[in-house]
Amino acid sequence: MTPTYYLVLSAALFTIGAVGVLIRRNAIVVFMCVELMLNAVNLSLVTFSRTTGTLDGQIMAFFVMVVAAAEVVIGLAIIMSIYRTRRSASVDDANLLKY
Amino acid sequence: MADVTTGEQIVFWILAPVALGGAIGMVAARNAVHSALFLVCTMLSLGVFYVVQAGAFIGVVQVIVYTGAIMMLFLFVLMLVGRDASDSLIEVLRGQRMAAIVLGIGFAGLTATGLARGLGEVETEGLEAVNAVGNVPAIAAELFTHYVFAFEITSALLITAALGAMVLAHIERRKGERLTQRERSRARFAPGNYPAPKAGPGVFATSDSVATPALLPDRTIAERSLTDVVRIRELTAAEARPKGTDRR
Repeated sequence: MTPTYYLVLSAALFTIGAVGVLIRRNAIVVFMCVELMLNAVNLSLVTFSRTTGTLDGQIMAFFVMVVAAAEVVIGLAIIMSIYRTRRSASVDDANLLKY
Repeated sequence: MADVTTGEQIVFWILAPVALGGAIGMVAARNAVHSALFLVCTMLSLGVFYVVQAGAFIGVVQVIVYTGAIMMLFLFVLMLVGRDASDSLIEVLRGQRMAAIVLGIGFAGLTATGLARGLGEVETEGLEAVNAVGNVPAIAAELFTHYVFAFEITSALLITAALGAMVLAHIERRKGERLTQRERSRARFAPGNYPAPKAGPGVFATSDSVATPALLPDRTIAERSLTDVVRIRELTAAEARPKGTDRR
C-alpha cells in the first residue's frame, strides 16, 4: 500500500459527490454532496502534502475549509430564503429566479 | 516503498470502506437527516486520515469545523426547512439519473487510471523533517510568512459571508407594521367586533363536520359558526345523486 491509495479513495469520494449533485433534487442534499466533493479534494491535498514533503498541501486544505465554511453559510441562507418564498427546498421548484 | 506502517494500513482498510459507505449512503438515503448523518461518518473518517498522514492540526480542524460546525448548521437548516421536505421522484429530464450514473462511473475510471499511471511510482518524501518542530508550529510559520496575504484576504471573505448571511436570512419588519398589545385590545372591543370567542361549528353529538352549525339557546342556527364556503355551496341535483362508486 502506498499513499496513492488515498488518492484513489479521494477520486471515488469526489465521483460519488458529483453523481449526488446530478441525481438528487433536494437543495440541501445537493449542497451536502458539494461538501463531500470539497472534502475529497482536501484528502488529496493532504496526501500530496505528504508525498512532496512540504506543508503547502495542508495549508491549501485549510484555506479550502475556510472557503467551504463561508460558502455553506451563504448557500444555506439562500436556500432558506428560497424556501420562504416558494415553500419548497427542491431545486426543480426554484426555476424562476425573479421572486 | 516502506513508508506506510502496518498500523496505518489497518486504519486505512477499516476507515476507507466506512468513508465510501457513508458517501454512498448520503447519496442514496431518502431522508435528508440520514444523508447528513452519513456525511458526518465520512467526514470523521477523513479527519482520522488527516491525523494519520502527519496532519494533526488539519485533522482536528476537520473534526471541529466540518463535523462540528458545518454539519450542525446543515442539520439546523434541515429542521428549519422541514425534515419531510424529501426528494420528488419525478425525473424532470428523461434518463438523467442513468446518464449521471454512467458519467460518474466513467469519471471514476478515468481519474483512477490516471492517478494509478501518473503516481504509481512517485517517491513519498514524508513530513517527518518538516514536522520536526511540531505540526502546529510548522503550519504557523508557513501560514504567517508565505501565505499571510491569503490569510488576511480570508478574513475579508469571512466577514462578507457573515454579513451576506445576515442580509439574506433577516426579515425586515418596520416598527409601524406590527400591532402593539394596546392596538390589538382596542380593535377587539371596538364597536362592530364581537369580543368573545365565536361558536365553533360541528358541535353536535352526531357530527363533527364543519358544515354542522352551532345552535343558539333558542335552537336557531348561529350564522357566525358557518364558514362562507359552506354557506355558498349548494349541491345541484346531479351532484347530490348517488354516484354508484362502491360496487356492493
